[in-house]
Amino acid sequence: MAIKLVEDGPETQSTHQRRRGERRLDFGTAWEYAPAPERPDHVRLRDRYGLFINGRWVSPESGKFFKTINPATEEPIAEIAEGSEADVERAVAAARQAYESVWSKMRPLERGKYVYRIARAIQERARELAVVESMDGGKPIKESRDFDVPTTAAHFFYNAGWADKLSYAFPGRAVRPLGVAGQIIPWNFPLLMAAWKIAPALACGNTVVLKPAETTPLTALLLAEIIREAELPPGVVNIVTGAGATGAALVNHPDVDKIAFTGSTAVGKLIQRALAGTGKRMTMELGGKAANIVFADAPLDQAVEGIINGIFFNQGHVCCAGSRLLVEEGIHDVLVAKLRDRMATLRVGDPLDKNTDIGAINSREQLERIEQLVQVGEDEGAERYTAPCPLPEKGFFFSPTIFTGVAQSHAIAREEIFGPVLSVLTFRTESEAVERANNTFYGLSAGIWSNKGARLFKLATQLEAGVVWANTYNKFDPSSAFGGYKESGFGREGGRHGLLPYLVVE
Amino acid sequence: MGTADGPKLAGLNGPEGRGALPPLSASPPVERVAIEERVGALARRSIKTTAKKAGLLLAIRMMDLTTLEGKDSPGKVRALCQKARWPDRTRPEIPSVAAVCVYPNLVPVAKEALEGSGVHIASVATAFPSGLSPLSIKLDDVRRAVEYGADEIDMVIDRGAFLSGEEQKVFDEIAAIKEACGDAHLKVILETGELGSYDNVRRASDVAMYAGADFIKTSTGKIQPAATPAVTLVMLEAIREFYFKTGRYIGMKPAGGIRAAKQALHYLVIVKETLGDAWLTPELFRFGASTLLNDVLMQLVKLETGAYQAAEYFSRD
Repeated sequence: MAIKLVEDGPETQSTHQRRRGERRLDFGTAWEYAPAPERPDHVRLRDRYGLFINGRWVSPESGKFFKTINPATEEPIAEIAEGSEADVERAVAAARQAYESVWSKMRPLERGKYVYRIARAIQERARELAVVESMDGGKPIKESRDFDVPTTAAHFFYNAGWADKLSYAFPGRAVRPLGVAGQIIPWNFPLLMAAWKIAPALACGNTVVLKPAETTPLTALLLAEIIREAELPPGVVNIVTGAGATGAALVNHPDVDKIAFTGSTAVGKLIQRALAGTGKRMTMELGGKAANIVFADAPLDQAVEGIINGIFFNQGHVCCAGSRLLVEEGIHDVLVAKLRDRMATLRVGDPLDKNTDIGAINSREQLERIEQLVQVGEDEGAERYTAPCPLPEKGFFFSPTIFTGVAQSHAIAREEIFGPVLSVLTFRTESEAVERANNTFYGLSAGIWSNKGARLFKLATQLEAGVVWANTYNKFDPSSAFGGYKESGFGREGGRHGLLPYLVVE
Repeated sequence: MGTADGPKLAGLNGPEGRGALPPLSASPPVERVAIEERVGALARRSIKTTAKKAGLLLAIRMMDLTTLEGKDSPGKVRALCQKARWPDRTRPEIPSVAAVCVYPNLVPVAKEALEGSGVHIASVATAFPSGLSPLSIKLDDVRRAVEYGADEIDMVIDRGAFLSGEEQKVFDEIAAIKEACGDAHLKVILETGELGSYDNVRRASDVAMYAGADFIKTSTGKIQPAATPAVTLVMLEAIREFYFKTGRYIGMKPAGGIRAAKQALHYLVIVKETLGDAWLTPELFRFGASTLLNDVLMQLVKLETGAYQAAEYFSRD
């Protein structure tokens, strides 16, 4: 059987289709991983959590509680207090009192020590925090263990270091804290978002009222325990749980100096309207529909990893997810075939299993939204491919999915799905890639894959996105600023820039 | 072998399977940070209980038990062959290893010791480990080793030629040596620790496969770094591409520095999630190792009894 290899030049679409058709990889059962569950028995959760106000656990004025459930089993984990306007009032008053009497007067060096102490306590309780994060939110334990919790500690460490060096951050300028910060965070990275908000606020000398998302309040409440054990002065950090109405009460409270919000663009706009004319400062970190651009000269096998990570990390519940894949037309088929092979190795299931790559969708509501948008994609004529992963019977799960044949005008190319769903589009030239990437009302992040260094730098300046990753994706570091353009929001978190929203610079 | 369903072993395709030096465009660039991150992620797979046992037994069946020292003697090789046949005589369920790997002069000793065992004899040849001798000498080296009874030949490429841009020379040498191998399987050692970049590892892999390699192998074991998970992944990706382009199944052998059972399982995870089930066999994946076997045996006992045995409970050969 003579095999002629001589004509093997650069892969073209037609040769690829012909060859790929009969040859395939079998990701089967020759050697199966045994279940490797992270045991939750070391976790001590209470049946019921109150509000953390003025350094103490208090009952909500209304006496109302709601259940937080495990999205992988649909079983309740604990009861959570529903904070009302009156509770927000108490929390803001405590924060104001702590700001005036203690926190703004403390030597910055001492302030930093408290923040360092929180960071160390997070490391000490890392395993517990990771397990609870996965139980409450559905994300795979490998992510909460290797990403969420370590990055959370890193943010506290990083910002703690700034506390007594703020005058060096902005040389020649005088800086002072704002006062009381109201902070509202989403359900996709519950603990990490709390760190992004609380750490710079404290380091800069502000006090805080934080409202976690209603589906994922538990790790913020564990953080409250940590803050209590770190003996922070009462009222410096207050945590008020609840849903939209609780958040609205915080936004509308007249004695809050600044609102920091991470969440959907729709809610972000509501908050901006409510704050118009009040003089309150605000930062918004909102939605995204990031372009992940792959050129023909890219290191393709690594690009595949970046694409998979870009869209399937945290079930796609990532505001900077690379949800639009823009592929140079000549390599479209090769790349999609590689993606399909890679998707066959993804393990969807129990978030607490250490080998799970994709966990549970955060809530039934979100699952329904994903299903609905995927249906729209099919109705609009895009071609759907869903990985052949068996799904658990209970809980909220969605198989990783890609759509090919997507046009710029399709809803799945424009709207944020916030799930494990990728839309694949093509481009022909560099300028067309930039045009398509920027043709969105979002502007949070983008990725470029190419072997040409000059092209990476050139495109990075042309893409209207707050973060541009080159030959990588979803890289985060406390020292690096993160934030959006256009309707993805404004203000930066992380790095030196992340201090600015919590300071008056004169 | 080479049935319609099973893997077609490239070596059995014969020298007519050989092509020409592939164009540079056939060897895509490799992103260093991303490849290291990927193997790092795969290292965190949790391999427990039944998966661990199955993986460890598979690793034994994939092992090329190796001794490549200047002081190798018939006695040493006979002892190694005993271990290769029966890694643990008290536990007959432990399989034999895939092959014993020795210098050409010791092939007859190994052949005698392994008679009827099914364990292959691999021999390094081609002026191992540098490969810096005239081609005629390398060819003679290979022919002798095959004559002596080697089933598999582990050759080294001329890294000097590769790094000075003489890819065609490297290609032609591999092709000539493949021919000299006759029915013996050819493993081509790239000595990745001397190649300097993942791009070069990828390129050398492609050159070797197109020239007729049945296996590509990372290292001689004489140069540091020897096998690494990242280099192995780069080579597996080259094998994957070659398979899609030609339909031929090329084997992979990381060698050098793999001493712990945990490392072996990590390599198996990389194979499983890159190439899939077809490569999870000794016909297409080997470990080149001298001390790995005892750690694997120790872990197997630990799985059964729950306790680690002292190292002295395992024979050192």
